[in-house]
Amino acid sequence: MTDLVPTDRAAIAGPPIVEFRAVTLAYGRREIVRAADLSIAPGERVALVGPNGAGKSTLLRALTGLLAPVAGQVEVDGRDVADFDRAALARRIAVVPQLAVLPFSARVEEIVALGRLPHEDPIRGPRPADRAAVAEAMDRVGLGRLLGRDARELSLGERQLVLVALAIAQAAPIVVLDEPTVHLDLRHQVEVMELLVDLNARDGTTVLAVLHDLNLAARYFPRVLVVADGRIAADGPPADVLTAARIRDVFGVDPGILWGAPWSPASADR
Amino acid sequence: MTAASAGFGASRARTRRSLLREGARRHPRALFGTAVVALAVLAVLAVGFGTVSIAPETTVAIVLHRLLGLDTGATWSAASETIVWDLRIPRVLTAAMVGAALAVAGATFQGLLRNPLADPYVLGTASGAALGAAVALLIPVRIVVVEFGLVHAFAFVGALLAITVVYRLSRLSAWSGMTSLLLTGYAVGSLLAAGLAMAMYLSGATLRQIFAFLLGGFEAATWPRLAIALPLVVVGTAVILWRARVLNGLMLGEEAAAHLGVDVRRERAILLAAGSLVTAAAVAVSGLIGFVGLVVPHVVRLVVGPSARAVLPLSIVVGACLLVLADLGARLLGDIPVGVVSALVGAPFFLFLLRRAQSGYEL
Repeated sequence: MTDLVPTDRAAIAGPPIVEFRAVTLAYGRREIVRAADLSIAPGERVALVGPNGAGKSTLLRALTGLLAPVAGQVEVDGRDVADFDRAALARRIAVVPQLAVLPFSARVEEIVALGRLPHEDPIRGPRPADRAAVAEAMDRVGLGRLLGRDARELSLGERQLVLVALAIAQAAPIVVLDEPTVHLDLRHQVEVMELLVDLNARDGTTVLAVLHDLNLAARYFPRVLVVADGRIAADGPPADVLTAARIRDVFGVDPGILWGAPWSPASADR
Repeated sequence: MTAASAGFGASRARTRRSLLREGARRHPRALFGTAVVALAVLAVLAVGFGTVSIAPETTVAIVLHRLLGLDTGATWSAASETIVWDLRIPRVLTAAMVGAALAVAGATFQGLLRNPLADPYVLGTASGAALGAAVALLIPVRIVVVEFGLVHAFAFVGALLAITVVYRLSRLSAWSGMTSLLLTGYAVGSLLAAGLAMAMYLSGATLRQIFAFLLGGFEAATWPRLAIALPLVVVGTAVILWRARVLNGLMLGEEAAAHLGVDVRRERAILLAAGSLVTAAAVAVSGLIGFVGLVVPHVVRLVVGPSARAVLPLSIVVGACLLVLADLGARLLGDIPVGVVSALVGAPFFLFLLRRAQSGYEL
């Protein structure tokens, strides 16, 4: 089951798999993130929390190569993201896509199979190994019952699970999610979180997720980054990072609204 | 009792149908092979029909004789050979090529723009080609090089110029890539259509010729024209087939495609260029034939699913079949424009399929 004991970060060996060095990010002239430093070891589960517009998604866009830094450097496996070609980067980082309107009707397994695109030969197309990876990903997420269904007929929760399966089929050492639980009911939220923990525990996949739900972040992520106003305001285990004072300061909300009592590790495990 | 058994029979029929559909979806290669055979049979029959009927075996014998020097023992008149080899075969092959080109371009533009209503003409190629042809017809000078007149050349160049302008202008806009392409295409297309309307208004006696170009047809098909257009279509199609992966990635949106390893900006430019080249070559030899490019990819998707890896090759063959058939219909009905026939056959069939489709198309 879920490992709720925060992983000891010092125990995770090896050079960082993701490294931000004084990264400044901007859309046009509007600066979103200023001189962010961040180092993530292989096999970590990291949640990014913070108010809307703080720069969480922008940080992820820099990591996945969609936004080039104005200053500083983003590295994956010790190599500048800008030096990767797109397919090679897609084999290192799987991003769970945002829910999108599909232009054509497509079956669940056909959507999951898109995760194999970065591994596919442009001429020969999917090979038996690709089909096996798709089947395994569907199995892991428990999509067997949705086999053959039109993806557009599914509920939002089921669609989100399909997109998680797509990212699993991509078989990358890093999985990135941007608010994966935003439309989901409780059961599906937990299901997605458990899948991420399982992926992390069994395959050693490094997981980075932007989350709005601080409870989910605290419960399922041993390391939480609080992003506020374009800076990484705090970084550490949820118990240290999500203090009442910081939540009041960063979100402008009294944490009593969230938990009924000021934050404590005990209430997180309840 | 009767109602129940009727219900059972209907469900069995449905099961059989869905089994067939499953088979088609699992084995697109077998379906592709079948479609190719159907196209070959259709082509031989299409060569035979006309004011002078030619038996299918005579057609085959003439083709074998001309291509491979084989003597099958069959005999035919010199007139039959002229009809088959110089008139009908180039016409049927041109119809097949244009159908294939428009269908593959349609599948490309639909996938690229993520829009089921897109067709090869949506980004201004049609209006560009039409205006080019109209201008060429208004110029009193006649220049012909290897049977390629000003009309063909201007139509080809007009189509490519239009798409280039659309692409350049779209990059200035703040909208996301695909949206801005569609909107710019619409705007530029409207502008060119106004130019075309003006040209038609001023054309006087050549109005009929401009109108014939707008309706499209294969009366003017010859070997040299086919030989010039075919390489362009083949090259463009090959480039597109090579990029089935890209079109699949775009199904979930531009950003998701990028995350799946697609260099969206670059691939979009390449696919746009290849799709437009194929369209322009088709339009230059046959005028504007509508509907094939819109409908064929949808029909194919309903059978084999959305993967471009299956949709593109099958669209090529089905598009070819549809226009060979439409041209045959047009000839049998006394040389009415082929665009009219393809719409008359295609539109009701498409409506029927849309009704049958399990879920609607969201826009």
